[in-house]
Amino acid sequence: MFEILERSEMAQGTVVMNVIRAPKIAAKARPGQFVILRANETGERIPLTMADTDSAQGTITIIYQVVGKSTALFKTLQVGQFFLDVLGPLGQPTHIEKQEGLIICIGGGTGTAVVHPITKGFKNAGNRVVAIIGARTKDLLIMEDKMTAASSQLKVCTDDGSYGHHGFVSDILKEFIDSGQKISTVVAAGPVPMMKAIANMTRPHGIQTLVSLNSIMIDGTGMCGGCRVSVGGKNQFTCVDGPEFDGHQVDFDGLMQRLAAYKEQEAQSMNEASHTCKLGQDR
Amino acid sequence: MTDKKKVPRQPMPEQAPEQRRRNFEEVPLGYTADTALLEASRCIQCKNPACVAGCPVGIDIPGFIRPLRDGDFAGAISKLKEKTALPAVCGRVCPQETQCEERCVLAKTGEAVAIGRLERFAADWGRTQGESQLPQLPPKTGKRVGVVGSGPAGLTVAGDLILLGHDVTVYEAFHKAGGVLVYGIPEFRLPKAIVQNEVDYLARLGVKFEVNAVIGRTETVDELLERHDALFLAVGAGLPSFLNVPGENLIGIYSANEYLTRSNLMKAYLFPQYDTPIVRGKNVVVLGAGNVAMDAARTAMRLGADTVRIVYRRSREEMPARAEEIHHGEEEGIELHLLTAPVRFMGDEKGRVKTIECLRMELGEPDDSGRRRPVPVKDSNFIIDTDMVVIAVGANANPLITSTTPGLKTNKWGYIIADPETGKTLKPRVWAGGDIVTGAATVILAMGAGRLAADSIHKFLQTGW
Ligand SMILES: Cc1cc2nc3c(=O)[nH]c(=O)nc-3n(C[C@H](O)[C@H](O)[C@H](O)COP(=O)(O)OP(=O)(O)OC[C@H]3O[C@@H](n4cnc5c(N)ncnc54)[C@H](O)[C@@H]3O)c2cc1C
Ligand SMILES: Cc1cc2nc3c(=O)[nH]c(=O)nc-3n(C[C@H](O)[C@H](O)[C@H](O)COP(=O)(O)OP(=O)(O)OC[C@H]3O[C@@H](n4cnc5c(N)ncnc54)[C@H](O)[C@@H]3O)c2cc1C
Ligand code: SF4
Ligand code: FES
Repeated sequence: MFEILERSEMAQGTVVMNVIRAPKIAAKARPGQFVILRANETGERIPLTMADTDSAQGTITIIYQVVGKSTALFKTLQVGQFFLDVLGPLGQPTHIEKQEGLIICIGGGTGTAVVHPITKGFKNAGNRVVAIIGARTKDLLIMEDKMTAASSQLKVCTDDGSYGHHGFVSDILKEFIDSGQKISTVVAAGPVPMMKAIANMTRPHGIQTLVSLNSIMIDGTGMCGGCRVSVGGKNQFTCVDGPEFDGHQVDFDGLMQRLAAYKEQEAQSMNEASHTCKLGQDR
Repeated sequence: MTDKKKVPRQPMPEQAPEQRRRNFEEVPLGYTADTALLEASRCIQCKNPACVAGCPVGIDIPGFIRPLRDGDFAGAISKLKEKTALPAVCGRVCPQETQCEERCVLAKTGEAVAIGRLERFAADWGRTQGESQLPQLPPKTGKRVGVVGSGPAGLTVAGDLILLGHDVTVYEAFHKAGGVLVYGIPEFRLPKAIVQNEVDYLARLGVKFEVNAVIGRTETVDELLERHDALFLAVGAGLPSFLNVPGENLIGIYSANEYLTRSNLMKAYLFPQYDTPIVRGKNVVVLGAGNVAMDAARTAMRLGADTVRIVYRRSREEMPARAEEIHHGEEEGIELHLLTAPVRFMGDEKGRVKTIECLRMELGEPDDSGRRRPVPVKDSNFIIDTDMVVIAVGANANPLITSTTPGLKTNKWGYIIADPETGKTLKPRVWAGGDIVTGAATVILAMGAGRLAADSIHKFLQTGW
């Protein structure tokens, strides 16, 4: 049992933050790694990135968007309540080292939670790190203060222009590329089309681009192959070989298709849940 | 019962095929006490019983059948427990027809004693009606043993060593203990309550279970060695094989591990009561012909398929599944498409699998395994329509532990090298056994390996490596 110590909501309640007591995981976790959580006996196993960890306090932080039955169920859990299962740290940590040029970390929507520890890691390793975060509109933007602290420079954008730059995160990336500064690495996490657009943008310039993938998972230990994704024409398991891969090699279209595998069941699950309890209330 | 030889082998009552093909309840219903007594009476109590040599853990078979025949069910179960910690499991899933029963003298002139069914009867009686008294535990030795993986090999070591007074902790990556017994073998062949009962029994004996512990990630083997005197690695063969043919990532194509884990461990067959979804195919194709393939095929039938086809590149004789499982599957309407091999998968615009292109095969010269090698018949390509595919062509060694443990040696397939007599690996204070050493095998072989390792660990804890 893993106790929730702190909880808050952001982006008008569509995103939830939990600080969870998990000392063994916190002691081991490195930027880029994730955990798998299960709320209760009938629950799904849901992978979420550790947006932050505190090994001294023995805690990990998750930040998740409420998109379906399981995340809606997570949202009902309050401080003092428990996740039944949390396992981790899973996946390969980001390879963080001092690099010559600029590091650009890009988070779209809840992807910001995924790039936060990576941004912090690169900065702590002595890099100059630009963070670019975006959301559809001002009210959905998350973690602006944390990302300011984690980076050397923060750029914000909204699709509707209600805050920061009016447009996409890729617009800002383009400005940096066009400025001719040396960029060593771009890291991107967010909706698959966003990651695909960024990889397409950096490819002609030969800029190393890491993307953090969100394949559907079960075990997280390389046992089922459900999280497989084609990278450079070869199948990789996101849970053990990833979640980060070379963005220039990933088959994003294949990933997108597989993410839609259970669309109908997910809708059914959400429907039944909102009929029998208050899960779907704020959707 | 005047003339023993006249009593025929007692059939097992079963759920009728047309009924059971749509439910997840157990297929064989078990002997009644009367049937069990009758069947036990068939055993002629050989002085030199050949059956015992056929049992990988050497159960005293006439020794447990004798009290059973005399109505002393408690005596039968305690005799069984001397050699196996999981009789209710073994009685259900062991391939008796190639082990003990194959050697039974009666098999030469007629039908072997139904040893497996009797074992199951005694174990079920013990579980439901026997005294659930715990055995007397010896004083604590103060020695600490860690067991990694909670399948049959790990559970056997835990059971043996706790009874010898050692402190035992089992580390399991999943949220539930039991290994393949809970995530692989379906409910209709091995009810999960039975496995849970065995795990609970070990917990009552004092075995500690730490679930959600992915060794190699949450903690490493070397870290566990700091707080344990000895470690037993029994992590199974948890890496799915794929075919590496085009279209394999289409939606609706599962590895058997994923399909069975969703259904069994996550209880997707009870969706939406349980949250984990699963594709319910109408025209299902299962590639492969072992026990795993049969389990996947029979699960698909229970999840509402109209047709379920096993596609296998060799012929019926080479099918590795137990005869009983093939028979059960065919009764439930599973079709066998033999001498057929997949070439590629094709899908619709949404990326869902629609068809498989296949080739007909014929049998050529024997290959390394001694079985005749299937060779493609030229220009025999044809198309099978499908909406769900399960790939059940074997499992390999998962590298999570071996790649994070310096000093642990593996063979060229990635399996841990361990002494077959003792389970000792090449890393001091570390033993290994079960599928991670032998490659995918059987429950009873994993238990046998656990038994040998437990003996060796116990000896080490008393005298040193
Ligand atoms: C390594 C990794 C890290 C992630 N980190 C974060 C994070 O930090 N914050 C965050 O908000 N989200 C993160 N995700 C995505 C998150 O796991 C899904 O949003 C969540 O599982 C949705 O579940 P649901 O039942 O609420 O929604 P559903 O309605 O079931 O599904 C919504 C969508 O989520 C995806 N999904 C469903 N089940 C799973 C599953 N078992 N595993 C993965 N994806 C699934 C599907 O594409 C689906 O279309 C991460 C995913 C992965 C693989
Ligand atoms: C579908 C199916 C049907 C089968 N049917 C039969 C049958 O009818 N009869 C028969 O005799 N055999 C059958 N088998 C084979 C039999 O189940 C296996 O040979 C046996 O379970 C192997 O036991 P084990 O203890 O070595 O490992 P497993 O049972 O595989 O257990 C290994 C355990 O270790 C855990 N683990 C893995 N990695 C880690 C890690 N890094 N840290 C912590 N824990 C970890 C796993 O989660 C798992 O719980 C079947 C197998 C399958 C898959
Ligand atoms: S060989 Fe057959 S008849 Fe003889 S002891 Fe074993 S089970 Fe009984
Ligand atoms: S989630 Fe099962 S192999 Fe990655």
